[in-house]
Amino acid sequence: MTTDIPLAMLIELHETMLKMRLAEERLADALLAGEIRCPVHLYTGEEAVATGVCAHLNEGDYVLGTHRSHGHYLAKGGSLKAMMAEIYGKVTGCAQGRGGSMHLVDPKLRAFATPIVGATIATAVGIALASSMRGDGAVSVAFFGDGATDEGRFYECLNLAALYKLPVLFVCENNFYSTHLPMEARQPADNIYQRAEMFALPGVRVDGNDVCAVYRVAGEAVQHARNGGGPALLECRTYRWRGHVGPHYDLDKGLRSPEELAAWQARCPVKRLEQTLLAEGVLTNDDLTSIHWRIEQEVDQAIAFAKSSPLPEAGDLLKYVYNDEQGR
Amino acid sequence: MREISYGRALNEATRQLMEHDERVFVVGQGVISPWYVGMTTEGLLDRFGSRRVIDTPVSEDSVTGMAVGAAIAGMRPILVHPRMDFALLAMDQLINQAANWHYMSGGQVTVSLTVRLIVNRGGEQAAQHSQSLQALFAHIPGLKVVMPSTPYDVKGLLVASVYDGNPVIFIDDRWLYDAVGPVPEEMYEVPIGRAVVRREGKDVTIVASSYMAAQAQRAAVRLEEIGIDAEVIDLRTVKPIDSELAIESVKKTGRLIIADGGWAACGVSAEVAALVAESDAVKDLKAPVRRLALTPAPAPMSASLEQAYYHDADDIVMAVRDLLGESEF
Repeated sequence: MTTDIPLAMLIELHETMLKMRLAEERLADALLAGEIRCPVHLYTGEEAVATGVCAHLNEGDYVLGTHRSHGHYLAKGGSLKAMMAEIYGKVTGCAQGRGGSMHLVDPKLRAFATPIVGATIATAVGIALASSMRGDGAVSVAFFGDGATDEGRFYECLNLAALYKLPVLFVCENNFYSTHLPMEARQPADNIYQRAEMFALPGVRVDGNDVCAVYRVAGEAVQHARNGGGPALLECRTYRWRGHVGPHYDLDKGLRSPEELAAWQARCPVKRLEQTLLAEGVLTNDDLTSIHWRIEQEVDQAIAFAKSSPLPEAGDLLKYVYNDEQGR
Repeated sequence: MREISYGRALNEATRQLMEHDERVFVVGQGVISPWYVGMTTEGLLDRFGSRRVIDTPVSEDSVTGMAVGAAIAGMRPILVHPRMDFALLAMDQLINQAANWHYMSGGQVTVSLTVRLIVNRGGEQAAQHSQSLQALFAHIPGLKVVMPSTPYDVKGLLVASVYDGNPVIFIDDRWLYDAVGPVPEEMYEVPIGRAVVRREGKDVTIVASSYMAAQAQRAAVRLEEIGIDAEVIDLRTVKPIDSELAIESVKKTGRLIIADGGWAACGVSAEVAALVAESDAVKDLKAPVRRLALTPAPAPMSASLEQAYYHDADDIVMAVRDLLGESEF
């Protein structure tokens, strides 16, 4: 049942997830066609997490992501055109072609990402510290994979955020693999959400392929942080369909079974919501077709924009190394 | 002008910055301790409270990351690592994150962060409590590295660092904390990236920074007594390095000694030597360039070894006499 979530929100959640999915399907094609050179880590299969969490954020809130952050960027309101242009290495990209897929950033939207594992968890804590000092009411969300919970900094950050009671939400996208290495080869217990207890924080495990479930849990956690209640840890259990990096499914590599992938694909977060929307009469099949068509048009335009945009000038290599403006 | 100590000047600059600007705060290990960072943060807790003077758990990596995050959000943190050696746990946050954010965001994100890394050697503290690692940081595009040697500079460079708009590695040396000198009471800036001639001379150029710059001035006084007129240049900033004064000076003296508190290999002394070698001053050299840097060994423990390991004014005097002997002074 989804009656507790407003219909307009359900439609928005669906469109956001679908935008991620269709954009990344197109990226996979472009990668296979050799149009893109930079490393691209696709979020396909995990769309419900960023979507369900970011639906509770407003313009003043911050999102900190990772190497796999197309979803976080789009869910925070990022521009498809600027994202595609960035991935194509163009000067019209969201980071002027200096970042690529792993550094999607838009300070106006307060969306940031970098690929060193766990680094941006601390960034989120620091931004939350600033919010707490200023009393500006903003919430920071750190998205990270289960691989980041192998890092000592994850625990340091839980400790610091709990100690200073900061408005930050830790969202672990547990897709059960750290590049090629499965959970059971890295951690002796399957209990990421319970690690919040060590720091006297709330920790919740949620089906990360059910956008409504993520939406509900995140709503409480964001509100809790916004009201001065301090941080919380969400473990969203999900699955990346494709390999760690690039467009391939990598099933030939012997790292996971086709059955495992098929089982998760059967729980596709986009299709699940679509079935609910149809079953509850929120949307018709015709509605879905027209939404798909509209978003595909948008993706087409973004790709066309990326392809037709200029590359950065070689003479600008030194641009942006230092900030020349003293910040008074 | 009133005279105060280096440590006191650092304290005063921090206090004035915090009074002047709500965005400035102090965070790091030992910042409310009466002894951990000398007197440099003394009294700040009483004046500004624990929200702006944050003594943290021993979590160098994440505390540094937290300071980077606060800077991205528009604050102006002064992060303190009471021993530079411990900051090595935070290299990802300093080098991968802080140094790169402005560039990798196409100029949109700024990290106005001052990172105090304190050199705290001597006293038989051995290899992991004694290092001067300025060269590691000076290698990195996106970082600035300052190494003040006087009470005047330590105050002015801290103010300049906090307002720079880039991550600045601010290396202060505890061997300088008790040095006394003239310091204006009001806030002022010493520009980052500008060296200064501490003493004019015609026979030899000594380029140094931080504690070694102070020792170079002592050495110059002794050299004068034996008829050698040394010019002393204090780099003050080692990234971006200002080699202009050194180059001009070598054109005049024809002899160059670089004294650095770190190791020679790929270090600050190597950089100065290379910049002079790449300039037209190379034609004016009357003797090979000499580097006075640490013996390429970890910092030792026993006093006898420490005595041999760390350089002072005497070593600079000897190096100069050697060099002048070589060039048939």
